[in-house]
Amino acid sequence: MAYSAKVLEHFKSPKNVGTLDKSKKNVGTGLVGAPECGDVMRLQIEVDEATGVISDAKFKTFGCGSAIASSSLATEWLIGKSLDEAGTIDNMDIVEELALPPVKIHCSVLAEDAIKSAILDYKKKNGINVEALSAAH
Amino acid sequence: MNQRLIYLDNNATTPCDPRVVEAMLPYFYEHPGNAASRNHPFGWVAEEAVDYAREQIAQLINVDPKEVIFTSGATESDNLAIKGVFEMYKRKGNHIITVKTEHKAVLDTCDHLEKEGAEVTYLKVQEDGILNLAELEAAIRPTTILISVMWANNETGVIQPMKEIGDICAKHGILLFSDATQAVGKIPVDPKACGVHLMAFTSHKMYGPKGVGALYVSRKNPRVKVTAQMDGGGHERGMRSGTLNVPGIVGFGKAAELARLEMAQDTERLSNLRNHLQQELLKLEETIVNGNEAHRMPHVTNISFKHVEGEGLMMTFNQTIAVSSGSACTSASLEPSYVLVSMGLGDELAHSSIRLSLGRFTTDQDIEEAIQLIGTGVNHMRELSPIWEMYKEGIDISSVQWSEH
Repeated sequence: MAYSAKVLEHFKSPKNVGTLDKSKKNVGTGLVGAPECGDVMRLQIEVDEATGVISDAKFKTFGCGSAIASSSLATEWLIGKSLDEAGTIDNMDIVEELALPPVKIHCSVLAEDAIKSAILDYKKKNGINVEALSAAH
Repeated sequence: MNQRLIYLDNNATTPCDPRVVEAMLPYFYEHPGNAASRNHPFGWVAEEAVDYAREQIAQLINVDPKEVIFTSGATESDNLAIKGVFEMYKRKGNHIITVKTEHKAVLDTCDHLEKEGAEVTYLKVQEDGILNLAELEAAIRPTTILISVMWANNETGVIQPMKEIGDICAKHGILLFSDATQAVGKIPVDPKACGVHLMAFTSHKMYGPKGVGALYVSRKNPRVKVTAQMDGGGHERGMRSGTLNVPGIVGFGKAAELARLEMAQDTERLSNLRNHLQQELLKLEETIVNGNEAHRMPHVTNISFKHVEGEGLMMTFNQTIAVSSGSACTSASLEPSYVLVSMGLGDELAHSSIRLSLGRFTTDQDIEEAIQLIGTGVNHMRELSPIWEMYKEGIDISSVQWSEH
């Protein structure tokens, strides 16, 4: 299967690979997937507490090229967004941007889950009401 | 792209040896006859060429040329053997025994027959990929008519104890079929000496052309018959109708002759190269070899690089090196290799595996480059892997609560 140029680009030079200090109050971590399934994504956001804007995002992913590209793209999109804006990122946006074939759509779903999970973790840590978000998830 | 490509996927298919191509060429235009045309020189020349190829192939596996039935490939041979035996002998019984690590052409054929009234036992293998002979014997019933065990596995290269399996079949009077696709032409294979009554193999895994294969069917002690799966002109002693692929068969014959003459030197060179490749890759941390190393094809190694996903790893070097991965990340279910899972390897390790299969045209330089590129790829992927980071922090991966997905 041939990968799209954008997937290859993210795969070769992934953006924002790394680890944020998860003990910090303003860092939210999402860890989704399972090794037995062949996909694990860890996506972290750091939120500027004064503005409520995501100031940094990092990821590490165990998975195929599309999974790595999806998470790399997600971190790029997250930086500079408010939590509400970040919560609206849809997996189909990722599919479209990376031109993922149908068999790789699950990679984008996993990336959306990772984003939502990181936001949820941040909100829980900071005592923000998460009921609405949990219900949506 | 001027970069030299390195082909380490010879278990998928082998390049056609140029000497094979040369042997085939006259049979496309100069000698266009149909081997079944009995009344003119075009037919005679074609028939003679087919007979010669049949002898070359029979010699490679030490059988009578009359026992070689030409087919379109190993998948057809597997179908013909298993369906043909079931249909021919179902009055005697309806039970078939096979193994979970068989090729899909065997497993899916058995699955098909289950819908036609067959009962099939799928045996698991030991951790090293080898069949437990006591379990095999215990699975035999009075209604068992066929046991199907592959000679060598396509993913791990593990070789089954065919002689011992043949002895068990002889003791119980059961037919033994072997899919020997990966073994014939690479290691000595002698079905008669091992008590194998039917055996499938193909040309394109031994440097011959694609689209031509064979089924060995024993004619003496016992005389085995299979019901034809293709009806028509009654070619191949009535077992497989259809105009013979003369150029393909000529190439198959030449490939068999070359394999017989060059097997010893190829084996020595390739096992040395394979061992070197494996030794160097095992220097990477947390890396293991899958399958029994003592009973293994000389040109194959299957390695798991822990905490790295196989398909992603392949992507780091697949512009230069062709290998195959045990992680088929192409479906929603993300199925890892069923062969590795049947060996009791966890799904995570199966997802982390790649198969490297060398061949006659693999060079020393190919292997040196592969060692470098695969090592770089593994390190790159581990830097990206959250599981590798957890492992390095001393976290027990199996204790982590993973989210359902």
